[in-house]
Amino acid sequence: MSDILLLLAHPDLQHSRVHAALRAALQPESARAGARWALRDLYAQYPDYVIDVAAEQAALLQARLVVWLHPVHWYSMPPLLKLWLDEVFSYGWAYGPGGDRLAGKDLWLVVSTGGTEASYRPDGHNRFFIDAFWPPYEQTASLAGMRFLPPMVLHGAHRAAREEIDEHVAVLVDRLRTWPAWPEIADLMPCIQGVAPEGERPAAGSS
Amino acid sequence: MPNWLLLSLIYLGAAVIAVPLARFAGLGSIIGYLVAGIAIGPFGLKLVSDAQSMLHFAEFGVVLMLFLVGLELEPRRLWAMRRPIFGWGSFQLLGSTALMLALAVAAGVPWRLALVAALGLAMSSTAIGLAVLNERNLGSTTAGQGVLSVALLQDIAAIPILALVPLLGSGAHDGEAVDSWLEAARALGVIAIIVLGGRLLLRPTLRWIARSKTPEIFTAAALLLVVAIAALMQSVGLSMALGAFLAGVLLAESEYRRELETDLEPFKGLLLGLFFIAVGMSIDFRVVMQHPGLIVGLVAAFLMLKALLLRAMARAMAIPLAERSVFIVLLTQGGEFGFVVFQAASQGRVIDAETASLLVAVVALSMLLTPLLLLASDRWWAAHLQAHRKDTTAHRIEAPQSTPVIIAGWGRYGQIIGRLLFANGLSATVLDHSADQVEAARRFGWQVYYGDATRLDLLRVAGAGQAKVLVVAIDDVDQNLALVDLARQHFPQLSIVARARNARHWTQLYQRGVPFIERETLDSALMSGRSVLELLGVEPHRARTLAQRFRRHSVEQLVAMAPHMGDEQRLISLSKAGREQLEQLLAQERELAERTRGRSDGASGGEAPTA
Repeated sequence: MSDILLLLAHPDLQHSRVHAALRAALQPESARAGARWALRDLYAQYPDYVIDVAAEQAALLQARLVVWLHPVHWYSMPPLLKLWLDEVFSYGWAYGPGGDRLAGKDLWLVVSTGGTEASYRPDGHNRFFIDAFWPPYEQTASLAGMRFLPPMVLHGAHRAAREEIDEHVAVLVDRLRTWPAWPEIADLMPCIQGVAPEGERPAAGSS
Repeated sequence: MPNWLLLSLIYLGAAVIAVPLARFAGLGSIIGYLVAGIAIGPFGLKLVSDAQSMLHFAEFGVVLMLFLVGLELEPRRLWAMRRPIFGWGSFQLLGSTALMLALAVAAGVPWRLALVAALGLAMSSTAIGLAVLNERNLGSTTAGQGVLSVALLQDIAAIPILALVPLLGSGAHDGEAVDSWLEAARALGVIAIIVLGGRLLLRPTLRWIARSKTPEIFTAAALLLVVAIAALMQSVGLSMALGAFLAGVLLAESEYRRELETDLEPFKGLLLGLFFIAVGMSIDFRVVMQHPGLIVGLVAAFLMLKALLLRAMARAMAIPLAERSVFIVLLTQGGEFGFVVFQAASQGRVIDAETASLLVAVVALSMLLTPLLLLASDRWWAAHLQAHRKDTTAHRIEAPQSTPVIIAGWGRYGQIIGRLLFANGLSATVLDHSADQVEAARRFGWQVYYGDATRLDLLRVAGAGQAKVLVVAIDDVDQNLALVDLARQHFPQLSIVARARNARHWTQLYQRGVPFIERETLDSALMSGRSVLELLGVEPHRARTLAQRFRRHSVEQLVAMAPHMGDEQRLISLSKAGREQLEQLLAQERELAERTRGRSDGASGGEAPTA
């Protein structure tokens, strides 16, 4: 059983270049027996946004590395991935009392942005370095007791040359194959699950 | 005990016992009524003797039925049917009469007697024909429209025939000619009154009555309307049923159509049942016993002759192969008009009473045979169709098609799928077996082809060998499954997207391995369910979530039940367990909701969410 779980979230793959290439490269391996990773294409699986929470949690339990692959939309994740997060990372399961099912796993963000690297600077139109947008992800990982690995970003996705995209895909595949033997992982602090006082926590429910 | 009470007891009791028995035996309700009539009649238990007067009374059921048939038929559609009515209807009546007359005269029967018998036997039973169409929901098929056309013409033709029969009598009828001119004028006058009154007066009157908000008075008004028209028609010697039919057509476009229908439906059903009981009672078994050979021979001969003619008609009228047997069987038997014709003839001394009761027995026996023949033809014809898939009727799909999608069935379901595809610039090859449907669709520019999608050669021409997707949108469960089987056997590359009538049909499709099955009412009903939840104060998005959860649960249930289809006990326990599971789930949620109430507004950056 593969211990890498890839969650792909792109609302319009038909008009995507980077993520269509990612899916094309990653899916065949995922379907193989004894695959190195399992790919879940969320928008294909849940076109009606009705997420099978039990199945998603079962898939997460199998994994040691969880990868989110998505385009950055409005400096954040696409809505279905957010819904997935809201429903699957539930109270008492991913966080809160007894919520330690994800503790000790790695979370890795692999994203693309429309803006160029130069635009993600104080003098660019996105005004902030890309790192400034990671804290919500980082804290999500921390609350679930996951180790947040340094994100991998492809800037200027709309205008990226074919070779550039191929290169991006090749690097990603190589990294998945070599994980967890990455040089930078040695430098990371071991993860400690964040806790917060119970009263301040809005518990996940469906109210 | 008063007489009416006793009679009600007998009639209702006989019907309540016989009809369910007949239905469980798969014979249809009409046979049940007929047998009940025989059982209580003079040759059964002798509980009732006066069959004739009951027959007259119960004829009102036929009148009501034609009123209801008229309600379903707007004037525009009736106008469109004028050619089948007058063309094919006259052809059937005159053709059958001529054939029987020729045969009888050749056999040495005096021509007057032969003519009366032929005219009476050429008529079909509107009551049986339309009741069976109704029971089997065939009213809108080509065969159904054909039966209706012929039946309507017979109703019209009954007038001149009944006028003609006494003239055949030996006695002189001086002065009658003048009278009949006068009568014709009066008849036309009455029809004019009905048409004009129906157009101008009926709707305002009904509106006025409806405004009184007394439902039973509206029902009474509906009955009064039909009774009044029947009385009016009878006063000038016209067919009551025809008048009622006209009134129905005139009200077909009014806003009271549905209400009239629901109000009169039970009366029609009961009276029609009574009518069939009376027919059963009126079979004179004494005559039958005296001339068994003659009667059997007559029944067989006249059914055969009429069937031959109808068969030729069905072919010429381009009635789809699968519907032909119904068309033929529903029009071969003798009908209630036959009784009236023979009665009139015997009163006018054209034929003697003995012959009249013999002919009445022949007609009644043929009516009794109809449901049985229908059953037999269902079996035989289905097998025949299976064996002779090579049909000679022209289907209008000529050049082989090559679209990626084939839609079988262009009804309410298939149309939505087709429109979605067309709206997005995709094309499909569409097949439907209703010529009307095809024509209507073509008028709007759709490429819809006429044909039976369960035919292998037609599927080939439609491009099933190259297509990617086959949409099975046929509403008839058997046809639907037959197409699925055919496609899976011969075109395994096709992905099948199927419409399921109900859970049972869903399971049958699921067991055949069809990957995409939707129950036709599930999603729309769930949308309505959401509206109800919202009206009860549930937030819209919450209602959506609940409906989606219910939907998933429902599908999971069906999947779990599929292997146990046919095992009633197991299904019941599974369904109970499923319901409990869902209730448990919802209860858990409610509890969780209680616990976290009021905290859901506290979500802020970085904190975990609430749904």
